Amino acid sequence: MQQDLVHAIKSNPKYHELVSKRSSFAWTLAAAMLVIYYGFILIIAFNKEFLAQSLWTGSVTTVGIPVGVGVILSAFILTGIYVFRANAEFDRLTNEIKEEVL
Amino acid sequence: MRRWQSALMVVVLSLVAGVALAAGGDMGEVKKQAVNVPAIVMFLAFVAATLGITYWAAQRTKTAKDFYAAGGGITGFQNGLAIAGDYMSAASFLGISGLVFMNGYDGLIYSVGWLVGWPIIMFLIAEQLRNLGKYTYADVVSYRFQRVPMRVMAATGSLVVVVLYLIGQMVGAGKLIQVLFGLDYVYAVTIVGILIILYVTFGGMLATTWVQIIKACLLLGGATIIAFSALYMASDGTFSLEKLFQKAVEISPKKDAVMKPGTLVTNPVEAISLGLALMFGTAGLPHILMRFFTVPNAREARKSVFFATGFIGYFYILTFIIGFSAIVLLTTNPAFLDAAGKLKGGQNMAAVQLSAAVGGDLLLGFISAVAFATILAVVSGLTLAGASAISHDLYANVFAHGDVDEQKEVRISKMATVALGIIAILLGIAFEQQNVAYLVGLTFAVAASANFPILIVSVFWSKMTTKGALLGGWLGLISSTLFVILGPTVWTDVLKLGDPIFPYKNPALFSMTISFLGIIIGSLMDNSDNAKQECAAYAAQDVRCQTGIGAEGAASH
Repeated sequence: MQQDLVHAIKSNPKYHELVSKRSSFAWTLAAAMLVIYYGFILIIAFNKEFLAQSLWTGSVTTVGIPVGVGVILSAFILTGIYVFRANAEFDRLTNEIKEEVL
Repeated sequence: MRRWQSALMVVVLSLVAGVALAAGGDMGEVKKQAVNVPAIVMFLAFVAATLGITYWAAQRTKTAKDFYAAGGGITGFQNGLAIAGDYMSAASFLGISGLVFMNGYDGLIYSVGWLVGWPIIMFLIAEQLRNLGKYTYADVVSYRFQRVPMRVMAATGSLVVVVLYLIGQMVGAGKLIQVLFGLDYVYAVTIVGILIILYVTFGGMLATTWVQIIKACLLLGGATIIAFSALYMASDGTFSLEKLFQKAVEISPKKDAVMKPGTLVTNPVEAISLGLALMFGTAGLPHILMRFFTVPNAREARKSVFFATGFIGYFYILTFIIGFSAIVLLTTNPAFLDAAGKLKGGQNMAAVQLSAAVGGDLLLGFISAVAFATILAVVSGLTLAGASAISHDLYANVFAHGDVDEQKEVRISKMATVALGIIAILLGIAFEQQNVAYLVGLTFAVAASANFPILIVSVFWSKMTTKGALLGGWLGLISSTLFVILGPTVWTDVLKLGDPIFPYKNPALFSMTISFLGIIIGSLMDNSDNAKQECAAYAAQDVRCQTGIGAEGAASH
């Protein structure tokens, strides 16, 4: 890529908006996934009793079942949240930058 | 001369015997399962359909971009299915449902680890790869660095991961086909090898992608049918999970322990280390990363991860239901148990035996055929990734220094495919008697320690230099391999050399740390002129990475 084009894009305020919004969003969601997953693993490592208790009085289903399935669903939901915002807001910003500099 | 002739006779006779066996004649083997006719018919239908697709794809595979990236014309939804297809191997279908069957809740904990890498790929890797790369992830890690040493390292990392993964898949394939179809191990492995050579050399990425999509649909469909009909039967027609769990607790020899976390996570260091390998190893698997170059732009790349995460997550929930239903429906049914009261064929056959329990021979045949199809699809994806590392990274960019005729590069790729197919057959035969379970852990540890760190640091850190990347990448590759060899799985269990030198089964926590430290220290200590240029080139790389301006475009046709 030519240096002047790089310079033009880098000095465009919308580019900075895109980069800062997207990177903080992506790293926040990545951190959320890490916290959810390692939270789950650490509960298993240090507090098995919590997951082993009945979900409601007399039930065989344990708290661990919805928690485990919840971790699986959270992975899907977090990716969905990212795609939803990226395909709308981030792509719009990217297209505006392209229109302005190209 | 005589000896040579009699050797030939043996070969011919055994070939004939193999064909007769496949055609339905039982040659009196006791170890293998009786020949399963519906399974063979459905499998042949799958092979015929996929060869038809290969023929169709071959007409459309002319350029290097067609061969490596299906012309960049795959949609996000299709690619999502194909990624799910690459990831849902027969080993994970049979292995995880078998683990749930044996250990209940622990199987769920294990499967969760396999899914959580996907959001990370989405947030940190998918768009960046699509915007910076062309055909392989080595394109990304050599973008602003010295081409030759970076390509050599990235191609080595790719090939090590591909070969390790291939061994596991081939051995699993041979064993599974032996049990399901009553075919000899050597024939099974050879058939897999020949079919994938056909798919990949003639149809390239386009055929591989469609084989993957069909297989993903069959596997998801088959698993859905088993899970829901088994849940219906096991819950007395109520579809109630509570009812299913009640009966499982009643029947299982482990009683209410099946509903609780057991022995899977006892050592937090092992658990965290395994989690890291699964989470970041997925983002370092070359055949998965290659999939992001088959879509036209970053938008479709994102969509593919979203769909893939959904399909894979749904699949793991199904395997959980399948495992619990198997506890209820198989544990006390003598038709599925051997003389010792254990499940016929071992715990990994839980899903397959369950299909017979709910749908008779027809569903058993269907699921067996799906399992075989799954192996074929995963092995072809791996072979294509390996062949690309040889032709695009090593041949075109190292040996020919980027100055290469496209047709010649594709030809080299096809030759590499044939070679890898033959190597896969030979490795499958060589490792027949080995326990290959440890290879999965090693594969993910290497992918997380050698491939992932240089990929992510090259994208996000402007101060990385060639020297740093090489130091960290090689250290990650060597340390993860060494730790596995010196650890309890290989040193003590496989080599039987006594107490392990490295105490943990899962080295990723340590080898990833070594790799990242190597990259950072190596880069910061590098004051060469080259290093200054590489840091200065980050701005242009970052702009392309963020906006997609200048990225490889979609197919022209």
